[in-house]
Amino acid sequence: MAADTIAAIASGLTYGGIGVIRISGEQAFSVGDQVVRLKGKTLTGSRSHTLHYGFVYDGEEPVDEVLAVVMRGPHSFTGEDTVEIQCHGGPLIMKKILETVIKNGARLAEPGEFSKRAFLSGRLDLSQAEAVMNLIEAQNEFARKASLEQLNGAVSRKVKELREQILYQIAFIEAALDDPEHISTEGYREKLKLLLNPLIHEVQDLIEGAEKGKILSDGIRTVILGRPNAGKSSLLNLLVGEERAIVTEIAGTTRDTLEENVRVGGISLRLIDTAGIRQTDDRVEKIGVERAREQAGKADLIIYVVDSSEPLDENDREILSLLKGKKGLILLNKSDLMPVLTAKEMEREAGQPVIPFSAKEGTGRKELEQRILHLFDVGSIGTNHQVSITNLRHKEALIRARKSLELVEHSIEEEMPEDFYSIDLMDSYRELGLILGEEVEDDLVNEIFSKFCMGK
Amino acid sequence: MGIRECCDVVVIGAGHAGCEAALAAARLGMKTVIFTVSVDSIALMPCNPNIGGSSKGHLVREVDALGGEMGKNIDHSFLQSKMLNRSKGPAVHSLRAQADKQQYTRRMRRTLEKTPNLSIKQAEVAKILVEDGKVKGIETFSKAQYLCQAVILCTGTYLKSRCLYGDVIQPTGPNGLQAANHLSDSLRELGIELVRFKTGTPARVNGDTVDYGKMEEQKGDDKIVPFSFTTDRNSIQREQVSCWLTYTNEKTHEIIRENLDRSPLFSGVIEGTGPRYCPSIEDKVVKFADKDRHQLFVEPEGEYTNEMYLGGMSSSLPEDVQYEMIHTVPGLEHAEIVRNAYAIEYDCINPMQLQLSLEFKSISGLFSAGQSNGSSGYEEAAAQGIIAGINAARKIQGKEPVILDRSQAYIGVLIDDLVTKENHEPYRMMTSRAEYRLLLRQDNADLRLTEIGYEVGLIGEERYRRLLEKKEAIAQEIERLQETNVGGSEEIQSFLDRKGSTRIKSGISLAELLKRPELDYESIGAIDPNRPNLPEEVQEQVNINLKYEGYIARQMQQVSQFKKLEKKKIPADLDYQQVGSLRKEAVQKLTAYRPASIGQASRISGVSPADLSVLLIYLEQRKRKEQ
Repeated sequence: MAADTIAAIASGLTYGGIGVIRISGEQAFSVGDQVVRLKGKTLTGSRSHTLHYGFVYDGEEPVDEVLAVVMRGPHSFTGEDTVEIQCHGGPLIMKKILETVIKNGARLAEPGEFSKRAFLSGRLDLSQAEAVMNLIEAQNEFARKASLEQLNGAVSRKVKELREQILYQIAFIEAALDDPEHISTEGYREKLKLLLNPLIHEVQDLIEGAEKGKILSDGIRTVILGRPNAGKSSLLNLLVGEERAIVTEIAGTTRDTLEENVRVGGISLRLIDTAGIRQTDDRVEKIGVERAREQAGKADLIIYVVDSSEPLDENDREILSLLKGKKGLILLNKSDLMPVLTAKEMEREAGQPVIPFSAKEGTGRKELEQRILHLFDVGSIGTNHQVSITNLRHKEALIRARKSLELVEHSIEEEMPEDFYSIDLMDSYRELGLILGEEVEDDLVNEIFSKFCMGK
Repeated sequence: MGIRECCDVVVIGAGHAGCEAALAAARLGMKTVIFTVSVDSIALMPCNPNIGGSSKGHLVREVDALGGEMGKNIDHSFLQSKMLNRSKGPAVHSLRAQADKQQYTRRMRRTLEKTPNLSIKQAEVAKILVEDGKVKGIETFSKAQYLCQAVILCTGTYLKSRCLYGDVIQPTGPNGLQAANHLSDSLRELGIELVRFKTGTPARVNGDTVDYGKMEEQKGDDKIVPFSFTTDRNSIQREQVSCWLTYTNEKTHEIIRENLDRSPLFSGVIEGTGPRYCPSIEDKVVKFADKDRHQLFVEPEGEYTNEMYLGGMSSSLPEDVQYEMIHTVPGLEHAEIVRNAYAIEYDCINPMQLQLSLEFKSISGLFSAGQSNGSSGYEEAAAQGIIAGINAARKIQGKEPVILDRSQAYIGVLIDDLVTKENHEPYRMMTSRAEYRLLLRQDNADLRLTEIGYEVGLIGEERYRRLLEKKEAIAQEIERLQETNVGGSEEIQSFLDRKGSTRIKSGISLAELLKRPELDYESIGAIDPNRPNLPEEVQEQVNINLKYEGYIARQMQQVSQFKKLEKKKIPADLDYQQVGSLRKEAVQKLTAYRPASIGQASRISGVSPADLSVLLIYLEQRKRKEQ
């Protein structure tokens, strides 16, 4: 991996004005030429410090009308050959151009990488070294945290599962290579071939998901709180439109937190369902309750679901304390049953808007949506720069993982021996690990020894 | 007063690491003394009776390519030879030979004895003498002092070792040999951190009491391939001795399960960490409870004896249980046990204290190689031994150490792993540990390393000249095949039909044609009338290089990326606390390991890519300040 030519959005990913995508490195001009079409000339053939008018194309699809600046190393910020593409502002266009650049051979720059190159090539003076080092550690730490926090729970589960499957196959091959007298690979080629197809499809699904922005949950962090069996999971299912959380009559069914992204009237919610809050001696449930508290602390919005057919108790008071100082909405659920709690009483208790609601019958949903839209002025939630870049990074890793799996398929078709497969399988394992922020370390050796009996 | 002598290099221990280290140092002109607790146990094989095997065979080839002895020694003493993984790719082909154990040690001993500058001494070394952070010599238990400029620790499994089975604990080294009980304390006093590791060996039985009729015969290869690049292939084709395969069964496992509490492994008497790749039979039965049988290889220990090694049955169970379980195995019902299986515990050093040259970071002139570095296996030991021997000599000569990197040799992978990664068990070489294994094949070890061996001074002119000729011949033949085109003549098409290969539509070079799965260099000889008469090993290289060209090119590209980071050296005196923005964990790890390059730093667990970027900038900043 690690192609030496890097690219990033240099202008910040915001609306309006002009966006700048910077490409730097040995291949900067040739990558630029594949992306930007000029009239009767090329970036490669142009003099340093010249500005060119042209169009960005993704293959045959026109993307934007742009200006491209050519700077030959060492006379550029990084000291390397550099192309800067100035496009019309707008996050979507900028992202699209950056993706096209990456598709044509550049690699997404690490946070702080342009400054790092600038310093290493002598373009920044000594006094700036400390600042660059601080910037790199801080930005990387931030990106890492952001990437893990924003990773959609379902996606991370899927990636983990794929990695486990791949690792097992590598371990099998390697165990057989290390101990051919104990482990035979007869018939393995055909077996692996059958396994690969679904693997590639699943990675492909994730890539398509990434294109739709589904990998990361970049909406408003909306935490659903309530006592056990108040109807939190029913609400989640209603909003998501599918049976996502397990809904039963037994209180305490949701013992962990569940997450789902939904769009409500044009804005995106990252819904987090939690375990019901109550005093409990059940150890597993206790953990769930603890997590619910944590989630409440991080929430942008708390939806508190109250069972209107029962009086408030000490658990409700605990929840009310979590709501303090937060944007909150209270749903008086089970309004179809005999209420013992009225909206007025509740509003007095909580000091937050109360909406009568029935998850079962779907009443009150409209009002909920309007209240949310009212609470969050859509305009103020701009696309989060970090999130979309992380998304792109993940997509890059997924594409490389798929490529590696396809190479294994190719090796099988070419009737290459088994030891060739594990090399590419390992690459895909590594790439998928990048999404989870996990390195390879001793995974393989551990897997070999735990799954296969070998040795003298 | 004890005696006092002077020399250049002292090697402590005459096992597989010690022999290679001493031979290398002496051959490089160093006056060398090698110490052993028993001269009769030079190059002893106290465990399995074979050399080589998957990835270990690669190590032997590499030692040979550098000018070491192991390959030649086994070529002179093998009973049976096999190329493992022949049905797989060339990168994982690996030689393994059954050894005549006595023949092996006898020949190695003679080689040491005949080597100028080298003397053998039977004594227990009790102390390393160090002044101002520099090695001054050693002192034996009898207070004899040997003053020297470099000391190489090759103590194997002898440091404070004890052997165990059941509740029997014997304070000895392997095979009942005397343990070295004093050196550990001296090392500790020098501030060296020791860890306790464990390994084990199976029982040996009287071959005359084995019923081979109930076992499957395991024969050697029809055509024997030598380990050493200097051995003439024709000279070693000979009658081979067979090994035998049998299996444990439910009855065996039942006996083991019933007596688990009597195994020191499970009762907690053994504190050392054992290797997972070499599990005892009790480990296997517990961990893989669903398996109803385990393989057992019955292998000869030598032609001088009827003793047979029970590969697969390493154990620390009590004597009576060993008897009972062995007798449940088909063919071993009446087997007489000659030696019991045992587990062995010993001190070794934490190898993160070493540089990649195998010299201690904190003590100048003190080197360490082999099992005392926490590795396992004869081959791993020999590989470290030759490097430590070379580097001890070079240190004295004022030359830069020889460091093989991960893209050059399995030896490089082995040493880099040992000194850079945390090890919790004896380290065994595995092919999956080598990331560039398509390049690090056993067939091209000479092409990779013999030039280095020549520059170092362990390879003579004649051998070097032959290497250059071989290289030239390979390059020429590859070029010829790339330039020889064949068209769709009837002769070519009918050849392809015969081989089950699709017909060609237009002209194609022989090099391209050879890439088809059903064809190879040998088979296309039929349509290549101008083919020169080339030695087998040249043909082999031509075939591999063309057939796997694409894959090899890809790995070469990865290697060039890898080399960039390896070339960025980190000064040994760098104070990581001064690098303000590094994360705390990174500072701790880097301070503990003191990597030699950014590349090595990248392999330390807990050091992130961002930390590396910061380090790069810090180093650049430092450089500019100095200017």
